[in-house]
Amino acid sequence: MPAGTKWWSGGRSPFNASYGKVMMWYFLMSDAFTFGAFLISYGTIRFSVNNWADPNHVFNAFPFAGHANLPLAFVSLMTFILIFSSVTMVLAVHEGHKMNRKGVEKYMILTILGGIAFLSCQAWEWTHLITGDHAVLVNGQIEHWGTSMAKNPWGPEAVFNGQTVSTPGPIAFGGYFFGITGFHGFHVLSGVVINIIMYIKTKLGHFDERGHYEMIEKAGLYWHFVDLVWVFVFLCFYLV
Amino acid sequence: MSAHSSSSSSEITFHPEHSGGTKRIWKIFWVLSALTIIELALGYFLYATHGSLAYTVVISTKVVIGILTLLKAYYIVSVFMHLGDEVRNLIMTIVVPLVLFVWFIIAFLADGNSWKNLRNTNAGSKPYIEKAAPAPAAIEKGDKK
Repeated sequence: MPAGTKWWSGGRSPFNASYGKVMMWYFLMSDAFTFGAFLISYGTIRFSVNNWADPNHVFNAFPFAGHANLPLAFVSLMTFILIFSSVTMVLAVHEGHKMNRKGVEKYMILTILGGIAFLSCQAWEWTHLITGDHAVLVNGQIEHWGTSMAKNPWGPEAVFNGQTVSTPGPIAFGGYFFGITGFHGFHVLSGVVINIIMYIKTKLGHFDERGHYEMIEKAGLYWHFVDLVWVFVFLCFYLV
Repeated sequence: MSAHSSSSSSEITFHPEHSGGTKRIWKIFWVLSALTIIELALGYFLYATHGSLAYTVVISTKVVIGILTLLKAYYIVSVFMHLGDEVRNLIMTIVVPLVLFVWFIIAFLADGNSWKNLRNTNAGSKPYIEKAAPAPAAIEKGDKK
């Protein structure tokens, strides 16, 4: 950095970044507050009730594993998929700095595939939760519930006619889980769409004409933010 | 760097040096993976010892997992998003507003906690416990917290 640069006396950006990049940062900051508000609201409600669902009990399934009890396994897979797609994204940005179009194309494809893999995992997880059938004791009778915005079959266990069944848990569970992971999943989906557009623009040579790959950098900021949010969703919903 | 020669010169005073190799990126990938594996190990520890640990041990483990998560967030933002390579002015305009979260988290979680304490006293209405209580025929097996 040139020593003694007068950043605030005009004639240059005090942030040493293009308008688009600064605005992308501000957008991500506001988005961080949105996600933060969601997660803190979830935490507040979770702290305020007595029998929140135990994540190790709710999220213990794995595709094709039947009823095997595998807590944390599937969500670890999803986490590693997203971390890996973050690495391929940062490698695409790196190739962009070197003006290597072929390299950018290769890593953008890998990033898009990572995003699609993550979304597929989430689709499976949601389907499993919504269609999963649990015996729940409601007003002295057994009902069969899946997890939804209106029904939480993950309350304290009880014994009914010699059978261990569940009781209704706090109703907020489904709303927070589907609301927040859905909002994150929608970010992943828009990230995949943005990355596909960036891939097409790379392929058409738009960035070579422009002389720089800054658009890849800005899409990369968004994609890393999606990974960053997942780190916190992973913490709040699955780990603790 | 010639690659950036067409960037607007009034916006960009200098370009941070992007070192030639990808060594740092892969290093951070392994750091993030290792932190995730430690988190998972602690999460599994909480699962395996479920119900047999003191409340303070459980909460401390969860706090450690939270700190590891913040460390992961730091590496993602600083290295993958290259915020660490930007000028101080840009770093500060992004990071300083986020300090609000410190108040935000403490205030709201404390509020939720006091709400629960109130629910469980006779002064509160105990709404949740009574509604969730199983029908008379059923015998509580003990709640799982």
